[in-house]
Amino acid sequence: MDDLASAAVEAALNAGARYADARAMESRSESIAARNGVVESLDRTERTGIGVRALIGSSWGFFAVPDASPAAARRAGERAAEIARASTAVAGPPLELAPVPPQRGSWKSHCEEDPWDVPMDEKAALLEGVTRTMQEHGADIAEASSRAWDTRKWLVTSEGTHVDQRIVECGAAMSATAVGERETQRRSYPGIRGQYGTRGWELVRELDLPANAARIAEEARQLLSADPCPALDATTLILGSEQMALQIHESVGHAVELDRILGWEAAYAGTSWLDLAQMGSLRFGSELMNITADATLPGALGSFGYDDEGTPAHPVDIVRDGVWVGVLSGRDSAALAGIPAGGAVRGDGFNRIPMVRMTNVGLLPGDGSLDEMIETTDDGILMDTNRSWSIDDKRLNFQFGCELGWEIKGGRRTRLLKNPTYTGISPRFWGSMDMIGNRAEWTFWGTPNCGKGQPGQVGHTGHPAVPARFQGIRVGVRG
Amino acid sequence: MSAVDVVSPSAIAEQILELVRSKDPNAAAEVTVRTGTAALTRFANSFIHQNVAEEICSVLLRVARDGRVAIAALDAPPAGDALERLVDGTLEAARVRPVDPDWPGLAAPAPVRHVEHWDDATGDAPPAERVSRVRAFVDAAGGLETAGYCSTEGATVAFANSAGQHLAGRTTRAFLQGIARTGSSDGSGRAGAVALSAIDGGAAGKVAGRKAQDAADPTDLEPGRYEVVLEPDAVADLLDFLFVYGFNGRAVEENRSFVRLGEAQFDRSISLREDVTDPDQVGVPFDAEGTPKRRIDVVRGGVTSAVLHDRRTAAKAGAESTGNAVAGAGGWGALPENVVLEAGDRSLDELIAAVPRGLLVTAFHYTRILDPRTTVVTGLTRNGVWLIEDGRVVRPVKNLRFTQAYVEALAPGAVLGVGRERVLLPGDFADGASLVPPLRLASWNFTGGARG
Repeated sequence: MDDLASAAVEAALNAGARYADARAMESRSESIAARNGVVESLDRTERTGIGVRALIGSSWGFFAVPDASPAAARRAGERAAEIARASTAVAGPPLELAPVPPQRGSWKSHCEEDPWDVPMDEKAALLEGVTRTMQEHGADIAEASSRAWDTRKWLVTSEGTHVDQRIVECGAAMSATAVGERETQRRSYPGIRGQYGTRGWELVRELDLPANAARIAEEARQLLSADPCPALDATTLILGSEQMALQIHESVGHAVELDRILGWEAAYAGTSWLDLAQMGSLRFGSELMNITADATLPGALGSFGYDDEGTPAHPVDIVRDGVWVGVLSGRDSAALAGIPAGGAVRGDGFNRIPMVRMTNVGLLPGDGSLDEMIETTDDGILMDTNRSWSIDDKRLNFQFGCELGWEIKGGRRTRLLKNPTYTGISPRFWGSMDMIGNRAEWTFWGTPNCGKGQPGQVGHTGHPAVPARFQGIRVGVRG
Repeated sequence: MSAVDVVSPSAIAEQILELVRSKDPNAAAEVTVRTGTAALTRFANSFIHQNVAEEICSVLLRVARDGRVAIAALDAPPAGDALERLVDGTLEAARVRPVDPDWPGLAAPAPVRHVEHWDDATGDAPPAERVSRVRAFVDAAGGLETAGYCSTEGATVAFANSAGQHLAGRTTRAFLQGIARTGSSDGSGRAGAVALSAIDGGAAGKVAGRKAQDAADPTDLEPGRYEVVLEPDAVADLLDFLFVYGFNGRAVEENRSFVRLGEAQFDRSISLREDVTDPDQVGVPFDAEGTPKRRIDVVRGGVTSAVLHDRRTAAKAGAESTGNAVAGAGGWGALPENVVLEAGDRSLDELIAAVPRGLLVTAFHYTRILDPRTTVVTGLTRNGVWLIEDGRVVRPVKNLRFTQAYVEALAPGAVLGVGRERVLLPGDFADGASLVPPLRLASWNFTGGARG
């Protein structure tokens, strides 16, 4: 496959490209979904192909073929150059890629139990069993799923990089929905998107779905009769770590994508409220806020050895002591911003152009704890497990909802609350953070469905998170 | 020439069926083969920053053996070892998985209405054709910074199953969507059609530039309930939620839907359908299970008249599939690919002229469901919002957040006007698109400013 990628690069150069890279990929995936005691779908996908980028002047072209033959590779290289040449009719400013020394090497994620070695009947029995348990404990709709990916890719660039990687990812999810007279309530475990990592089936075993199935079903039913979250203009808000992962993903991760900051996503995903001129001085949040983008975290879903431009994985400081100090970038965007390549460019398969994606964007732990946050809160609300998410095109104004809330009075959980929502403006919200959880509460949440780009790409991102407390937050916005 | 040009999709589908038959004569099987090209030229800061194209050749195989069902997809040359692996792997997976008691079986042979939304020049449009339209958009935007995309797609789809259903169709579609930006505002322009030749980049750029200028220097507006005129982008978003969470056989079966068949749940001016046969739509006339598509009126004169089904939900409901199985839809059930909202008799200007006080909304952004049963959705406005007073657009306002029960917004008496100009917008599912006019609605619940 390395030879194939080399042939594609050579074809692009021969067709006039001044730079080219090619990713040859073989991947397979498996998705199993059970509903109300029955495996409803068992989907497997196998993909093979090559995608080539070519640069002419400052203009890119990309072409992909679902074919791993030398002829197809050469054709992809030539077509990529042809597209790049057409792009020069509406060319941007001069572009030199941020330097990355040519890389040679292999990388493999750690996997203790290959998901493809686990018998299908065992997987099916697990998923069907937990959905039956949820039904027995009050769920009207009980769903459970597992997913696994096995990706091999070979990257060759015209600058001399030859790297290959094998990344195995795996995880599972389940949810219980209770249907009431006028509403539905849902509880998920371990989170709305489940939990995924660059790991094998051992991750699914660790989740212990059976031990949590009855609980979430009962909670879903309890929510139907729970009091609604009160509408308050300002209260103390405590978020569990799963919701914190969403909070980080939406209001920090996307906001610090350099392509957004540069306006490249303006017409679709949006831009960012951040101005590069303020990087290094802008206060993003309280001094407890330390955010890194670290693709080297073992087992986290956004981990890899090299990004899809061949930049070796490395940690990048994003927010340090509350001050915005870094971005997620690739070689072209970093060059325009005058910073080193961030190693955060990935494509969703061989047929999608690599673009800036989150790696593992997470909040570093502190020395508080969830129990301590509750005990020291006289009047507030605890929310956890994401239910809805909406944020504006500058990643500034957000309204998020959670599956359940707890009223906190006098340092204790009092009553269960349904339909909890909160809203805020990002720097004001993060600036109000006055307690965060500790290393023992640090969870590497995995998001397997981050959408971005046109044509659409699905990214796998990681979000290390701990519980946190915020002050003066508006909650309970309703229609 | 690509590998996929050599053998027709129908021949590949038949070859795979034969392979399944030879390995397991008792297995039921269905195959969808899709070949074609897709290309998208993307621009931002008034230059092209991404320009991509791909050859497509995908195979989707579903086999069932005594109710044990497995699905496998292949994105690779459909030949030799790859096909053998695909068939062997799928049969093996089906053998070891549990029985699905709700497996509805394969679609029986049934005639499909001849519908072909196709243009030769669009399927193979060279990059220069897209680039020239981007150039025209950028040049027509009055010197403002621009961003957006121009896309072309051409697909040939073949379906075959072991019950004897054999179908083939093809479709093209082209879209140009872009914004012009003043620094304080964005304005949008767009076009969509079966043929790229129908896309006028200059006209779309001119609209975007004018709207951006008109939206410049917006001021705050107090949140609250306002009468609104929703332009087609916003209307399409509203309808998508109603289909996914309401007119969905699975949601109805599980009592999660607002739908009450036969009741006047909507204003009498609302007639909504799923309709690949509309001459201005796109797509092929059969679904992922080989069920022929037909016009399905889900709301007729305000009365809820049908919901969408795939074969599974149809069997449970004692109904027939409406041809709305979408590959990869998983637990979502039947989804719309060709949303059509019946046009009214008012121009956009006439809708605006009738508003005593309200807002003109271009589009919604990042809309998310809060309660599926009541279709309460939160989101933000985008690409221009204007205050209307006494039938005149008086000033641009800053983007607003809303939290609104979508079904209530179209309730009896809530729709004050339906526009006559339908716009084709890319759909959220498969090859789909929405064909919708603007609407004037009595009330929309804005719950906050976008900046807090």
